[in-house]
Formats: sequence, structure tokens, C-alpha cells
Amino acid sequence: MKRLATGGRIDRSKPLTVSFDGKSLPALQGDTLSAAMLAGGVSLVARSFKYHRPRGVFSAGVEEPGAMVHLRDGGRHEPNARATVIEAFDGLVSSSQNAWPNLNFDVGAVNNWASPFLSAGFYYKTFIGPFKHSTKFWMMCETFIRRAAGMGRATHQTDPDTYEKRNAFFDVLVIGGGVAGLSATLSAGRMGAQVMLVEQDFDLGGAVLSDPVGSESESWVSVVRDELLAMENVRLLTRTTAIGAYDGDTYALVERVSDHLKAPQNHQVRQRYWLVHAKRVIMATGAIERPLVFGGNDKPGVMLAGAARSYLNRHAILAGQNVVVATNNNSAYEVAADLSQAGASVQLVDMRVSVADSTQAIARAAGATVVLGHGVLEAKGVKAVNRAIIAPVDVSGRAIGPAKTLKTDLIAISGGWAPAVHLWSQRFGKPVHDKASAGFVAPDNPDCPIQAAGTTAAAASLDEVLTQGFNQGVAAAQAAGFTGDAGEIPVTFDTGPFWQAGLSPAWATFNAKGKCQGKAFVDFQHDVKINDIDQAHLEGYVSVEHLKRYTTLGMATDQGKLANINALSRMAELRGLEIPEVGTTTFRPPFTPTSIGSIVGHEHGRHFRPTRLSPIHHWHVENGAKMTEAGAWMRPWYYPETGEDLRAAYVREAAHVRGHVGMVDVSTLGKIAVQGPDAAEFLNRMYVNGWKTLAVGRLRYGVMLREDGFVMDDGATARLGEHDYFMSTTTVNAAKVLALAEHLLQTAWKDLRVHVTTVTDQWAAIAVAGPKSRALLSAVSDADLSREALPSNHFTKASIGSVEVRIHRMSYSGELAYEVYTPSGFGRHVWETIHAAGKAHNLRPYGTESMGALRIEKGHVAGPELEGRTTMKDLGLEGFASSKKPFVGSVLRKRPVLEDPERPILVGLEIEGEKGAKPGSLLFPADGEAKGHGDGWVSSTTWSPALGCNIAMGLLKNGKSRKGETIRVINFVGGETLTAKVVSHHFFDPKGERQNA
Amino acid sequence: MSKYSAFSVFRHALSGNKSWGRAWRDPEPKASYDVVIVGGGGHGLATAYYLAKEHGITNVAVVEKGWLGGGNTGRNTTIVRSNYMMPGNTMFYERSMKLWENLSQDLNYNVMISQRGQYNLCHSPGQMDAARRRGNIMRANGIDADLFDRAEVKRRLPYLDYSDNARFPIHGAIYQSRAGTARHDAVAWGFARGADQRGVDILQQREVTGYLWEGGKIAGVQTSRGDIRAKKVALCVAGHSGHLAQMAGLRLPVETHCLQAYVTEPYKPLVDTVISFGAAHFYLSQSDKGGLVLGGDLDMYNSYAQRGGLPIVKHTLASAKALMPSVSRLKLLRHWAGVMDMSMDGSPFITKTPVDGLYLNGGWCYGGFKATPASGWCFAHTIATDTPHEDNAEFTLDRFERGYQIDEKGVGPKPNAH
Amino acid sequence: MIRIKCPICGLRNETEFTYGEDANVNRPSMDEQGVQPWVDFVFNRDNPRGWHKEYWHHVQGCRQWVVLERNTLTHEIGNCELARDAKLPPSQASEAAE
Repeated sequence: MKRLATGGRIDRSKPLTVSFDGKSLPALQGDTLSAAMLAGGVSLVARSFKYHRPRGVFSAGVEEPGAMVHLRDGGRHEPNARATVIEAFDGLVSSSQNAWPNLNFDVGAVNNWASPFLSAGFYYKTFIGPFKHSTKFWMMCETFIRRAAGMGRATHQTDPDTYEKRNAFFDVLVIGGGVAGLSATLSAGRMGAQVMLVEQDFDLGGAVLSDPVGSESESWVSVVRDELLAMENVRLLTRTTAIGAYDGDTYALVERVSDHLKAPQNHQVRQRYWLVHAKRVIMATGAIERPLVFGGNDKPGVMLAGAARSYLNRHAILAGQNVVVATNNNSAYEVAADLSQAGASVQLVDMRVSVADSTQAIARAAGATVVLGHGVLEAKGVKAVNRAIIAPVDVSGRAIGPAKTLKTDLIAISGGWAPAVHLWSQRFGKPVHDKASAGFVAPDNPDCPIQAAGTTAAAASLDEVLTQGFNQGVAAAQAAGFTGDAGEIPVTFDTGPFWQAGLSPAWATFNAKGKCQGKAFVDFQHDVKINDIDQAHLEGYVSVEHLKRYTTLGMATDQGKLANINALSRMAELRGLEIPEVGTTTFRPPFTPTSIGSIVGHEHGRHFRPTRLSPIHHWHVENGAKMTEAGAWMRPWYYPETGEDLRAAYVREAAHVRGHVGMVDVSTLGKIAVQGPDAAEFLNRMYVNGWKTLAVGRLRYGVMLREDGFVMDDGATARLGEHDYFMSTTTVNAAKVLALAEHLLQTAWKDLRVHVTTVTDQWAAIAVAGPKSRALLSAVSDADLSREALPSNHFTKASIGSVEVRIHRMSYSGELAYEVYTPSGFGRHVWETIHAAGKAHNLRPYGTESMGALRIEKGHVAGPELEGRTTMKDLGLEGFASSKKPFVGSVLRKRPVLEDPERPILVGLEIEGEKGAKPGSLLFPADGEAKGHGDGWVSSTTWSPALGCNIAMGLLKNGKSRKGETIRVINFVGGETLTAKVVSHHFFDPKGERQNA
Repeated sequence: MSKYSAFSVFRHALSGNKSWGRAWRDPEPKASYDVVIVGGGGHGLATAYYLAKEHGITNVAVVEKGWLGGGNTGRNTTIVRSNYMMPGNTMFYERSMKLWENLSQDLNYNVMISQRGQYNLCHSPGQMDAARRRGNIMRANGIDADLFDRAEVKRRLPYLDYSDNARFPIHGAIYQSRAGTARHDAVAWGFARGADQRGVDILQQREVTGYLWEGGKIAGVQTSRGDIRAKKVALCVAGHSGHLAQMAGLRLPVETHCLQAYVTEPYKPLVDTVISFGAAHFYLSQSDKGGLVLGGDLDMYNSYAQRGGLPIVKHTLASAKALMPSVSRLKLLRHWAGVMDMSMDGSPFITKTPVDGLYLNGGWCYGGFKATPASGWCFAHTIATDTPHEDNAEFTLDRFERGYQIDEKGVGPKPNAH
Repeated sequence: MIRIKCPICGLRNETEFTYGEDANVNRPSMDEQGVQPWVDFVFNRDNPRGWHKEYWHHVQGCRQWVVLERNTLTHEIGNCELARDAKLPPSQASEAAE
């Protein structure tokens, strides 16, 4: 291998520092890592997945199965980087993977010798293990298998780079910047359409980049590129892969903004994820060359013919001196010619007996020898190819004469080409077989939003590629509503034998006995050999899906880009069917492996989900509150004083509320404005209780059910005016209640003249609770809060700190309590005003933990009890239900199982001993075996400062008749058994005297 | 048919692997069977296997429209667990777990049961409480479960996000050590081979297009390649249950939804267990080949398309990075989708139907794969004896009118929320 | 990415909406006391393979419920109208009941 003194699309004045396994490579600007490897004489790059066979550079593109490496280090370490698409950059560090102790001497290569025992499906037949009812034997084997499998080693370090997402809207998206894509962009662009052209390479030109420098095609590309660059309605994106085609004409692209640099610079992102909406797409994604199958076809030194040409013309690297070009089609003749002209001794071995003189002349004129009717039977050599055994073959590839040996260091193979129809197939299903090109293409359908052009559509000549691209551009622009003039088709040019003209169906070479000589690979990365396919067929795994799954063919990182068609050909032969009858597997996104970070963008860490903050949030933080997540919200959990932990703090806070006065931020409660002449009727249907009699100035607690009759939510609703109600919901159910209300009003209850609007964010809410709450609020506001003026379940308008507020008298804690509602912009001001005035009343803020303790002491249900499987009866809320009117869930709540008197119902539990119970413990009778689902479970627990003992709420079978019974409370996972007395869940002040004070 | 063993592999290797027999036959159908099972996925094949093995009923055909194991059996994320807390579910899934633990030996086919354990992470005190309840019910029913605090989870899974930057901090986890993964395709193939060996006819590439009726009773199936008579017809077509039930005049409490799955490129061992995120619907494990296998939410709308949408792709991958930040530079290799029977309470059906002669196994939601052995075992019992086994007694169609919703999540009758 | 043409807001991405349910299930009238009509409404579905009328909620837009025609097999999108304007054919269950 050597770098030529001239030629290539590289910058010889810009050498780059690039290394592989510590060896410095002579890389130049414009190289890929694989080019640098070839230039540096590295032939052994990696070890294969299963047999750890030596592998070298096989391709020059995304289909690379072998040359995969560890790239970069530290947090930027990337396993399984394909050397063929990694642009060389200054400071590039790479190393080999999947080899131990090193690439050259890899212990795993023992699998190669054992390969007959590791044939298709051997895992399923072995490792079953001798022991019944035990998986230990397999799991021991699995440990070793897992270590041997995998490929690269990933890091657990955090990625230091950033990513971003962009949305874009285009009339036409052209995927692929080769001749077809450029032509399409040109015509659509000239007609005035907004066009985006994306190319995964860093340069435009596609296959033209593999033509010799100075060729006609190169100047064609540069003329077209210049015209496109001048168009304001055309956007060209290189280093960008269209990874997927999705519903709604949406396409996912990933732009590798900084991957060609050692690290992103100037605060740029590493990669950018584009979500593109395009009316029409032109899929000009080209075709992927198919390998030929023969013994040793995986060895370093065997390479796709097109890749050998690409390394020569693009990187000025002659990948071999004694080259055998093996082919079954015309496309390899130019490869032979170019290699020969560059100084290699080339023998072109063509499986076909008859090839047009004009085609042969291309190779011969350049000095290559053409051997017709021959195939390569086997590639020989240990870690690199040194000989090719060739033999005359018949039309099926079977040897029909004596073999001979050619000395060689490069076997360039071409088995034809496979159109890259992946994006179409992702969205529209299985492609159809095209007999003329022996490939799979998208079926003709002019209405389809994705149209193929060029070799993707099996175009038969370059002229056709160009015309097809141009015409598809016109059609796409027209479909998007543009009628402008597309002008003349750019002049075409001749490139000699095109693509896979004259393809022979023979794709593998067999010896006289009909067997491949040596190990002949179909899927290179996964080490699937031709005889694995034969064996799968013998065992009945004959459908393409079974074949794929049984042998793992097509499941490697190239996703069958190289293997699929050869495998289908083999299965078709074995089954005596045509290829279309065998079928193909479905292409799935992404087109090439895509970093997870790119699709995630910035939605990770803190920004994984939005965080909702109360308008008073920052006061809590500034005043030392420990905050906790409550769904999307952050809420103050407790306000520790010096040295306090959670328990000490909540016990103090709860006791303080009962003894003095406390304030808690309840702004997170859902709030819904219910307005309109039929609002009362609406509430009557939504809630289980009646609302027609609620007077203006009053409020009422209500319960809502789901349509299936289980309890959904509870909360209070105030009547602000004749047709104006203010509903509150629990924090977690706010969205659900609103969506249901909107749904019913817009579908089943269209007759009701009611509007519902969320006002959660418009109002801050502060609960002030405790025996001194009246004194405090009377002092800080202008309202008359006397028992007579504002009884329970009434509200009044007032002013606090010059802000108009509404004061609701209602209690969750069981103490004399009020809720102050204020426009959220004034939330903090009102909170601080009350807090300042509270000094005289010994006011303390309290958090959600003590709020929970207070509500448990009162026996109020909350989230743990409203867990989606409990009925009103279960929770002792049946008394709220009106029997005089239907409401949501009123019929289904009475289904027989829900009326079963033995259902667990809400009870209180007094826990014996110092240690409290844990929520989620199970309840069992005092005696007997504790197994099964128990008699019930503990929902909420707390230490009760008011009662001086540990209490809990729970649901217990036959709970009503078990008051006074001692039961066991078992926390199996905590290893604790406690005893408890069953009591009423209204532990504290059951008559409500304190809140009605 | 030869028994599989390391020895048989060795022996065949010496003769060039040329004398392997078919894993299952490709027979011509008989005119009539005792039981025709519609659907050649894991559940249908397991049903056939257990009908033959446990009940001696071998005059059975499995009719499959495509290739066996080509539906959800071959599309799932391969997780096996028995951490269910609702009466009616708990012991059914534990039966399945026990069958899994002996399945490779029973089938003489390595289905690669890897009891590598499963963590369900908790991100709030409330989630810890709910996990404790689940764990306690499991333990009280003889199923292993442990509740770990944050420190223990961090010790065991140090690569998750414990930083202050985590949006939903990890409070702890519930762990089932016997949970794990199995090789999904092997389950279908192993049951197919086992059923075939016992005389069951597996009829592929044959789509059921209707039923044969006789006096109001189902008497067989019409297929794309001819009629087949049967005394009993059993549906195992989750994803398409509604469609096949509709042909028999039944309307089911089921919607069909699309669930996506994702796999990365293969890497050396990185995650040795199964981890479920608690802050979003997301779980991950690593296949023996080395790919990280990711699963997430449904696409949310009814779909039979076996092809997922972008919003959920992003949602799922964002969950992956939120849970385990180092996945950022790892590469997604492939994502695909299967269609699920989403039932109205998240629990399945294994039952006789109101139509005489028609039996239903469906409504598996996300959970079908782990249920495969017990589903086949219980369905076989139900078909053979015309009464349910106690482990599937609650999986009836009439449970909704009775009020017996088996709702593990407590989200109510929203099929896309289970 | 399904794109829905909201009658109020225009063509928007599905991420602005939440999916509701089958729009062919008819909610019984409020005074219906029989269990079966409610069971059919809440639990039983036609679940068609093909065209489907379904409710979507434009939660991050105008907050209107719309009825969208969508093919469950191909994800093609058909007509979209406000739920309050939609005339919905009866479901199979209500047909059978008639």
C-alpha cells in the first residue's frame, strides 16, 4: 500500500497527527481514518464478532463491517466507530477493539478453529445444563459468552459535549449529494421551491468523488454546486445523514457538526438533530456494492472494488500492487483500469464467459489482464491475503476446471450493487425486486411523497441518473405547488460502463463438489458463512425472518447492507424459488447507527422534564426549605431548624400548627374557572354531590369519580358569582380533571353553556392554619373573619398588603384555617406580608410532610388512598354521593364486585410501640400464617404529635366490624412485624370542633 | 428427531453439519383437528405444547398467517419477571416464572433464561411506599423481592445518575433477583419443536379469514389456503384479537396500540441486569450479543402499523440518557414496533368466550412475553377441561361488568395508560 | 410525527395534542341506569383495522377536542373537525342495541 505522489482529493500540505493502537499514521486533510490506515500500511484493523478472525478495511463507506475501532478517550470515548467514515483530524487517537490481549494475538481466535461446533443455532442446542429447575449452568456460560461478544468497550463517563435540535420546513428534501441529488436540487431550486439537500459525506459529488481527479464528472459537479450555492432558496448540508422517514412527511436528520474535530469548538454542539417537514423527498441515496462470496473473502486484503477505486482516486492510495479484481458485472472494469494506470499489476477475473469487447478494452487498454469465465475460489493468507486461487466456473459459479494460484495483495470484488432504498422502506414497507438490476427498489408510484432517483431507482446509465434526478426535482417542485421554469438539463457526460451493467446472477464461487473452499462469508461482521445458511435451511429456518434470527445474519452494525441480497440469493437457490418469492426483511430506522445524545438534544439531566415552580418558590429556598418533587412541581417538604432531620422537623411543624399558627404554600393545587349559566348543572354531573343549592359566597368539598365509578379526585369549589365558580383539584390530577371536563362539554354535554379554563398559574394559594390563624389574618387584612361573619365553607374578599385577595374558610389540617388566594404575581408579596405580621402570633411555615401528618390525624384521604382502585365506599366517602341525580360514574360504581361488603375499607390504625409502620405494609389477623395478599394494606403513616403515638391509615377487609381488633402489620421487605389496634380513621377531634371554632 | 446437546453439536460438526433434521415439520393439514390454535407466536405454540404434554391432546394444529414467532414474540424486549401485586395476577406470573426456570430443560432447547435480576427505581417517597406494598405482596406469596434504599442502589448500579443534576433523584428501588431475560425467538422455536415432536401440526403461511359454523357453534376455521375443521378454536393472536373476535361477532375490551423497541450497537458488558426507570416509562437491559435493549411508552394512538413514530423515539432515548448519562455517545442501531392488545385494565384474557367453541387468549398489553409459558399452560388447561385453572380464573371477559378490574397501575379504563 | 390540521390553529405536530379515544363510542345519556350501556361505552371497542374516527385534544393549543380520521393500518390522515361539530356514526354496539 502506498500513497501516490499525485492525485486524490487530499491536501498534501496539511498532514494530520493520527494514531491507531499507538502507531502514527501518515494522514492528510481529506482522509478518512481508514484511508490513513491504508496509507500507513495497517491491514489488520479489527477482529470479527464470533470467530475473532482478522479483518481489515473492506469498504469506503457506511456499510463497513470490519474496520471498527475505539475512537477518542475519556468522556468522548466512542466504541464501534467505523474507520471508513471517520474523518481524519489532528490529534485523532484510535485503538483496536474486541481483541485480547491484543489485535495481533487474540485469544478469541480459537473460536475460528472451533467454528464447526459454533455453527448456526449452536447456542440453542447446548448450554442447556444438567440441572432441572435451575438456570445456573446457562448463566455461568452466559458470563463468558457476554464477555466474548459485544464489540467495543463503552465508557460510564459522562459525555462532555452538547447537542441541539432544530425544526425545519422545506418544500423538497433531497437526500444524497451525488449526481442524481444535485440534478434534482438544481431543477427544484430553479423552480423556486425551498430545497434542502443533505449529504452524509463532507463533500458533495457522491460516486463522482471516486472518479479520477480532473474527470469530466468532477467539473460537472463543481458547476452545479456553484449554481446551487448561489440560490437563496437552497440549503446544502453536508456531514448530515437522513436517518429515518416517519409519518406526516417528517424526516430525522443528524448533522455531525464537530465530529471531524478533536473536540467541538467555540461552544458549538457536537451533533445537531434536524426534524424536517418536507412535502416531497427525493431519495438519491445511491447503491451499495455487493460482495462476492468465496473462501477467505473476509481476509484483510479483500475489499469491495468500488472502495479500492475510491481510495485510489479520492485519497491517492493504491491499496495493492498485485491486484486481482473479481467481478460478475461491468462496473469493476473501470476499477481495474484505474488501478492499473496507477501502477498496479491487475488481473481482472470475471465470472462471465462473454463480455463485450468494448468493456474489456477499458481494462486491457490500461494494462490489466482480463480472465473471463473464472471466479476466485479462495483467498489465501493468514492475516493478510497473499494468494488467490482462481478457477474456471460455470454460470452458477461452480468450478469446472483446474484451479490456479495468483500472487496478490489485494482482491477487489464486485458482486453488483444494491439500491439504498432504506428510507422509503422504513415508511412504506417491503421494496420490490427488480429483475433487470437484480436488486430491490421502491415500486413506481408517482403519488408517493418519497421518490427515488439515480442508482437508488436502478437507473441504467449516467445519463438516466442525471435525467431522472432532474425530472424528479421538477415533479417534486410541482407537487409542492411551484410552476417556475426548471431550465435546461445540465449537459451529460460519458463515464463508460455504468454501475452493474451486464450483471451475472452468479454471486458465489464453489469448487467442483459444489462447496465453498474454506470459510466463505455472507455476513462479515457476524461471521455468518454460506454453510450456516445451508444449515438453517436444513433445520427449517427458511423464512427470511427465521434465517436472520437463527443465524444473526443482517443484524450486525451494518444491518445487512452487505449481506442481505447474497443471503436471499442462497435461500432462493436452496428452496428452488425466485428471490421475490423468498421475500426480504423490513428496513428499520436509523439508516446508520446514531448517537443517542443527538436525538435527546438538551432534554437530559435537569432538563429531562420541565419543572413547575410556585410563585413563592424562591422564598422557600431562600428560607432554608428542603424541597421535594411533587409530580412536575417542586414543593417545600420541611423547613429544618438547626440540627433537625425530616422527622424532627415535621413533628415540630405539625405540633406548631395545632398549638399556634402555620402557613403552607398550596399554590400547586389545580384551579379551574367554571363559568356559564349551566355551571351548577355541570358541577352536578362532575361531582358526586349536589351543587344547585350552593349560594354565592360559599364553597363546598366535592368528590369526582372516573367514568368507571372509581374515585378520581377531590377538592373544594367556591361559587364566586351567579355563573362563576372556582374549582380546586389535587395537584396531580389537575390536568386530568380539566381534560375530562373539556371533553364532556365538547362531546356528550354540548347542551351545557359552560366554559372551563385553567387558572392554576393565575393564582397563588396560601393556607394559614392553627388556633391563632383568625387573629393573624384579621390583623394583616381588612376582613371581618369572625365566626359569624365568615363561618366554615364561606369566603370573603379582602386586602392584604394592598393586594386584593380572596380568603376561603376551609380546613385540611382540622384546625381553624383559611386559604388565601391571590393573583400569582403578588403571591410572594402576600406570603411575606402574612409572614411578617405572623411574628407577633408565633407563625411558622410548614411543608408537605407535616401537612400530611395533620391530614392523617384528621383521617382525610390523599394520593395514597386515591390510588385509582378505591371506591367511595372503600374510602368512607359514600355519604357525599347524592342519590337524587346521576353523575360521572354513578352507574358503574355499583357493579357487584364494588358493592361486595367484604372489600377492604378505610380504617385507622394505632401502631403499638415506638416504631411506626411503613406505608405499603400488609395487614394480617393477629394469629395464623401470614401469606397471600393479606386482609389489607397500610396507605399512610405518621407519628402523631397530637395523640403522642404512631398512627396509620389503611384499607382492611370487613374494616367496619373490626374496630378494636388487634392485627399484625407486616413489612416483609423491611423484616418488621408490628401490631396495631383498628380504630376510626378520624383520629383527632372527630367532631371537628377545632376547625369550626 | 434428535435430542440437542453439546454432544449432538459435536457429532454433527464432525460430519460437516449436513445431517441436521428440521426443527419442526412442514405438514399438510388434516381435514379436522380436536383443537385449532390461531396464531403461531409464543402463546399459541406454548398452548399447543401443553395441550399435548399435560393433557394428551395431540390432534392439534397451530395456524399462522406468516412465520411462527414473527409477531410480538420476535419483537419484544425479552424481559421476564413476576412482580405483580393484584390478586388474579400475582400467582399467574409466578407460575410463569417457575415454568421459565425449567423451560430449557423441559423443551431441550436453550431459551437462554438469564435470571440477572430486575430493578424498578423509585423517585419519590410515594413511589417507595408503592414499591414496598408490591414487594410485600410478592414476599407474602412466596416470590422474592427486596427493597433497596438509594445508597444500596448506588452501590449496585453506580453508573446511573445520582448527581444533583438529575431531574428525578433516585430514592431507592424494588428488586426481584429471579427476574431477567430470555431469548425471545428461541422460546417460539423451542415450543414449536416440542409441540411438533408431540404430533402437533404447525401450519405456516395460512391466514384465518373466517370461521366454520354449525348450529351456532364454531366448527373450524376458513383460511387463505382452505377450510380446517376443529372441535375447538383457540385464538392466540394478541395485537389482532379484536379483528379475529369481530369475525365471530364479539366486541372486546381491547384496543390495538403500537409499542416500539430499540437496540443499540453491541458493546462489551455494560449493564448486567434489567433496570426500569420510575420517572418515565422506560426500561433497559443488555442482550447477550451486547446491544442495549430499550423499551418505553406506547405511541398512544390506536395502530396496527408495526412502525413507530418519532416523538416516542425521542421520549424513550431522553429517558435513557436521564437515567444513565453515559449512553449519550452510544449509538442506536435499530428501532422497530409491534402491535399490542391493550386491554381496559392492563390485564389479559385466558377464557372461554360467549361463542360456543371459541376460546380467547389475548389482551396482553406490554406483558405478553414473560407470560408465555403460563399463558400456554393455563390456556391449555382451559381448552382441555372447559374450566379455567385457578391461576387464570380472573382473566375473563365479564370482569368489567362485574367490576373486577385487575389494574396494576390504578389508571382506570385507559388502554394506552397501562 | 403525525400532523393534525386543527380547525382552529392549523397544521400542527402531534406533540401538541394528546390522544383521547375512539370517537365512535357513544356516551349514554346521563339518566341511563342500565349497567350494560355504560360497560359498552367505557370498556368495549370496535378497534378497527383501517379508518378510525378518534378524539384528540389540542392541549398545547386551543384546548379543543377534535375528531380526526386516521387509518390505523397506514397512519394516513383524513378529515379533522371540532368534536362539537362532529356527526358520529353509531358504534357497532349501539347499532346492535337498536
